[in-house]
Amino acid sequence: MNNKKWLILAWATSFCLILPALFLLAQSFAPDTELFDHLWETVLPDYIVNTLQLVSLVLIFSALFAIPVAWLVAMCDFPGKRYFQWLLMLPLAMPAYVVAYVYTDLFDFAGPIQRVLRALFQWDVAVGQHWFFEIRNVPGAAVMLALVLYPYLYLIARTAFLEQGAHLLQVSRSLGQSPWQSFKRVAVPLCRPAIVVGLVFIGAEALGDFATVHYFAVNTLTTAVYDSWLGHGSLSAAAKISILMLIGVMAILAVERWQRGRQRYYHKYTGQTALFHLSGWQAKGASAYCALLVFAGFILPALILLSYTLKSMSFNTDSQLGVVLLQTAWLAILAAVITTALAIIFSFTNRISRQASAALPSKLSSMSYMMPSTVLAIAVLIPMTLFEITLNDLWVWLGFDAPGLFLSGTVFALVFAFVVRFQAVANGTIESSFLAVSPSLDMAAKSMGKSNQQLLFSIHIPLIRKSISTAVLLVFIECMKELPAALLLRPFNFDTLATYVYQYVSDEQLEQAAFAAILIVLAGLYPVIRLTQTGERTT
Amino acid sequence: MKKSGLTAVVLSILVSPVYAADKEVNIYSYRQPFLIEPITEEFTKETGIKVNILYSKKGIAEKLSREGKYSPADVVLTSDFNRLLEITKKGLTQANQDVVLTETIPTQYRDDNRHWFALTTRARAMYVSRDRVSDQQSLTYEQLGSPDFKGRVCIRSGKHPYNISLIASMVAHHGEAETKAWLTKLKGNLARKPQGNDRGQVKAIQEGVCDISLGNSYYFGKMLNNEEQKPWAAAVNLVFPNQIDRGTHVNISGMAMAMHAPNRAEAEQLMAYLSSDKAQVLYAQMNMEYPVNPAVEPSEMVKSWGEFEADALPLTETAKHRQTAYRLLDEVKFDL
Repeated sequence: MNNKKWLILAWATSFCLILPALFLLAQSFAPDTELFDHLWETVLPDYIVNTLQLVSLVLIFSALFAIPVAWLVAMCDFPGKRYFQWLLMLPLAMPAYVVAYVYTDLFDFAGPIQRVLRALFQWDVAVGQHWFFEIRNVPGAAVMLALVLYPYLYLIARTAFLEQGAHLLQVSRSLGQSPWQSFKRVAVPLCRPAIVVGLVFIGAEALGDFATVHYFAVNTLTTAVYDSWLGHGSLSAAAKISILMLIGVMAILAVERWQRGRQRYYHKYTGQTALFHLSGWQAKGASAYCALLVFAGFILPALILLSYTLKSMSFNTDSQLGVVLLQTAWLAILAAVITTALAIIFSFTNRISRQASAALPSKLSSMSYMMPSTVLAIAVLIPMTLFEITLNDLWVWLGFDAPGLFLSGTVFALVFAFVVRFQAVANGTIESSFLAVSPSLDMAAKSMGKSNQQLLFSIHIPLIRKSISTAVLLVFIECMKELPAALLLRPFNFDTLATYVYQYVSDEQLEQAAFAAILIVLAGLYPVIRLTQTGERTT
Repeated sequence: MKKSGLTAVVLSILVSPVYAADKEVNIYSYRQPFLIEPITEEFTKETGIKVNILYSKKGIAEKLSREGKYSPADVVLTSDFNRLLEITKKGLTQANQDVVLTETIPTQYRDDNRHWFALTTRARAMYVSRDRVSDQQSLTYEQLGSPDFKGRVCIRSGKHPYNISLIASMVAHHGEAETKAWLTKLKGNLARKPQGNDRGQVKAIQEGVCDISLGNSYYFGKMLNNEEQKPWAAAVNLVFPNQIDRGTHVNISGMAMAMHAPNRAEAEQLMAYLSSDKAQVLYAQMNMEYPVNPAVEPSEMVKSWGEFEADALPLTETAKHRQTAYRLLDEVKFDL
């Protein structure tokens, strides 16, 4: 296929993926300035401030968690490193709302932590007079989100550190730089594109999160979106706010791209560098920090889930649960494979095309990640039902029986929504890997007379196969946990694990569904462990 | 050929009742499945009609509206009145003229145009610390704004439908300005930012964080039936506010038939069943709500909480002020 055909393919698929966002945009132009003005004069500024605070804190915490341990695990040797490599990924398998629930229980007024503190310090407990250890605020929510989101950055940063041109670090060491200095001055700047990609995922997740911030009584722009739509009844106001959030994020991305300028970050695959061997307090510190993250992000919540299950003894040997698990799993696999394939098409097309606009299909298809999930679900329904209704009407006019809602009433809607939502995840993973493949390889292939197809399948794909696995696994895990879109778009008598759990979480009775929550975690564990293994294979 | 054709036709007629039993009815529900499934399972046992439920906490009205005339929904179940009215106003429902419903559901609990029907009522009661609050029987919603309660009140998000309904009724009774003032004072009296759910506030009372909270009546029963939550309920009294004037604010859970219901006959059967004695008894026993069917009494436990005067203002009146309630909450920055 020549360049033009690839371009058409990329644009066509990208267009399908951005249809929901386009319809939402159209919706936002419907007049509703009154509500918008009202919001602006009252709560919108506070929401904006909260959102900025939340997202910044999540990014800062995630970076503080992920980057040091990614470096340590990639470049250093310390006790337990072999295990921490994959243990640090485990929090990915935990849905954020589960972690939020568990920690509020722990840090609540009557929870174990505060009780111990009160006993120790003899604090006054008269009503209305004591000091509260408030966990339900912006920093608290930020920590929760960072604890389950940092593995994205960890994974990407670790892969990037591992793939770094070994020679650069060798030079750095021979110039007498200590591990810390090599880290600060060479490794981190080199991995900038990867780190940015990771931070963008995390920022988008934090921005669109509703369940956790709602539970933590934190009001962000996403709150405003839900309020406008469900409270004030205006989808157009909700659409406006969603679009504004999108524009904000894109502006930040644009600034980063501009600032990065014409720098390029190529990796030469010359094998692994010798590791820095840590000892003494450095080694102990490294192990301790890794252990803390794994404990806080995975082990503690998992233990508490286990205790809930044992307490309520509801093992739910419901055979229904087994069916739900399988249903959720194959949906997730399907979405994962489709998004990765599309991501490869987008990145490859961008690479071989001389036009600057060839980068757009990828970027546009990533936009929907920033939308809160429920809004995305409605945005998916708009074009889908329009299409179905038109088709149904046509069928009836032709004299046949209406086929009914053959798209939105079936699993197709779910898969489509998952693909639209998580395309960004696949794009980012595949794209950063493509960027690291030197263009001289392409030129060499072309000079040997290889076609585009041969270039892609014989050269690029083998080189980026780590990313391919990563992308598939990441999207799989995300789909297993995804909730709001699944709630709205699923057909009758079809539950995903997350929607099953949600019945109970929404009533603050996670205990009843703890076993199902554990299943979500277990289903995510295998992919998570595979993810780290793919990171270990050297090219 | 013709003989076997005739045999086939005869056989299929004989067999058709079996096929006819494959009837179904589709529900879009705002209420959690674990609450309604016990009742719908009884319905299926009795009638052989299969029940399919789609539960979502938000967005059902939008979904219905997008699906248009090909929507598979037959019946919509809601857990509060505002949702019910919303789908009716948006033209997403149709009238159910079934006479049975007039016998089982009193006039004030059904739509004049026969679109929406209440199934149960619940009171927005006060949970009051047993030992720390005096004059409990004369408590009013308005008192929550009084200086006596500074730092002693816990409440869930003001924007939760249950609270919106209450605030709307305050606007209906007292007007906008006074309600706004009350909300400001109430916000000042809060022991902590609005958070959690109704039961979470009772937990806070038991822990000594606050002395008084608002919550739906049926939660009292649910807590008493739950090992972990029993101590919370044990620390409080359930009080029906405003018994000294207009009565306690009540809300309803209800049902409506979807505009384009594909299985109309089955939908009518289901709706008749839900309002019948059998189902109403289940609602009363399992969910500890007040059944609307006058022939069915509340459960023993619920009766033990006492009788109360309900606010006689029709819910349709209250619903008019829903938007105002939202607006006031924003102006006062109640949740922030």
